[in-house]
Amino acid sequence: MDELLHIEGVSGGYGPVTVLRDVDLTVSEGEVVVVLGANGAGKTTLLRAICGEIATQGTLRFDGSDLPRAPERVARVGIAHVPQGRGTFSELTTEENLRLGAVLRKDSEVRADIDHWCEVFPRLGERREQAAGSMSGGEQQMLAIARAMMLRPTLLLLDEPSLGLAPLITKDLFERLGRLNQEDGLTVLVVEQNANLALDIGHRGYVLETGQVVASGPAQELRHDDAIRKAYLGF
Amino acid sequence: MDFNLFIQFVLNGIGNGAVYGSIALALVLIFRSTGLLNLAQGEMALFSTYFAWWLTSQGLSIFVAIPITIVVSMAGGAVIERMLIRPVSGEGKSPLNVLIVMLGMFLAFNALAQLIFSDTAEPMPKPWPTNSSPGDPVGRSQVVELADIRISWSVIALVIALLIECLILYVLFQRTTVGLKLRAVASNAGSARLVGINSSAMLMLGWALAAGLGALAGTLVAADRGSVSPGLMVVVVVFAFSGAALGGFDSPVGAVVGGMIVAIAEALTIGYVDFLSGIELVVPFGIILLVLLVRPTGLFGRKVVERV
Repeated sequence: MDELLHIEGVSGGYGPVTVLRDVDLTVSEGEVVVVLGANGAGKTTLLRAICGEIATQGTLRFDGSDLPRAPERVARVGIAHVPQGRGTFSELTTEENLRLGAVLRKDSEVRADIDHWCEVFPRLGERREQAAGSMSGGEQQMLAIARAMMLRPTLLLLDEPSLGLAPLITKDLFERLGRLNQEDGLTVLVVEQNANLALDIGHRGYVLETGQVVASGPAQELRHDDAIRKAYLGF
Repeated sequence: MDFNLFIQFVLNGIGNGAVYGSIALALVLIFRSTGLLNLAQGEMALFSTYFAWWLTSQGLSIFVAIPITIVVSMAGGAVIERMLIRPVSGEGKSPLNVLIVMLGMFLAFNALAQLIFSDTAEPMPKPWPTNSSPGDPVGRSQVVELADIRISWSVIALVIALLIECLILYVLFQRTTVGLKLRAVASNAGSARLVGINSSAMLMLGWALAAGLGALAGTLVAADRGSVSPGLMVVVVVFAFSGAALGGFDSPVGAVVGGMIVAIAEALTIGYVDFLSGIELVVPFGIILLVLLVRPTGLFGRKVVERV
């Protein structure tokens, strides 16, 4: 498998506060990579570092070239980011949100893609003209993912998709993500507290602790590592 | 009550309301992208208006001067955003910084207009039909008579200008991709960047639009009053602020409706409430106070319903 995202020795944070310390991480094409860790471990910061939302030191390469250091230019290289809290445009309709996901695309299939995602997520199809902010948490999370997919991304970054969702909806969401990976070959880097669900669809995983990678390996190994199970998986 | 006279007062109000509405629209455009009221909006427009006068004093027709002024002002608005606003705004910086810069611009543009162009009242030609009148270099607005009602061409022209502005903004915001991007940045700047929108370009565009609107409104109000003077925009902008507050600072429709309500209230007060003559400013503010007590987001302002 070709290496898509290559992170080496990356540190970064907010102003004088360093959150990430010397992080190494790779994501290969077609993989689902899971980043686990407690609150405050730096998971969200890691995704923000990839997107150029915060200043970083170290090597961040994507598909062989250096990653640009501004979010709008990271989107141009084919990385879509579903931020924590979903980041939908509350005042705009479902359809407008989806159109905005494809704002960088120049092809003529945007309309067809909107129809496609409204079929994949029928709840969105029923709410095409509804303001995103008035939809339920689960619907908004689906919208956020569909909007990210409208970019036709090479890599999808997901920040805690389960946050604030009911367990059944979370389960459904991860099943859909797993299918997108298996059927469409979507590459995903997902940050998640709900380690079980994430490891179900993940190929490999990393464990972050106070901004450092403390463990990494195939999903099944992480799942059966006693220390990790106790600390993060809760069983 | 003399019904014709009442209509006459309302018509006067509508003419002013078109101007207040235009400036309020400009305020709303900037508020939606920065979350701040552009204190300098009126004085930016004053500078543009003096520029338009200067063009006419060089022999240009007012019909040529207005489009040139709008284009130059839009470029100026974009430059202001990039050179003055952007360096002091951004994540982690207090919005008060921007407010202080706006305050500085408020003082600077008035002074610069006087320094560069003129510090006295200068005649502004009317871009609508006029009759010449002795002692009045720009003439008086012609009047259209409908039944017993006399409508000044200035009211017609101001309303037409407002309608054209609204149409252009509606098409831009609701029917174009650029407009969708502008709304996305106003709604969630961080997410807008994540989907690949160059939000700084959109901010510049917002300032350019606001400056262009202000330029048109300033020139037309000067033409209506017959002249441009350094104090021209002071009262206008106070009413525009009130109109925007009444309509809701995030609502373009609210800006126009709010501007109209404030102006008609002003006109009727001048017409009917003798003991308030001279301080008729208090009436629109009284109305605003009442409305905001009942609806703090303004008449059209949306309290965004957000489910989590």
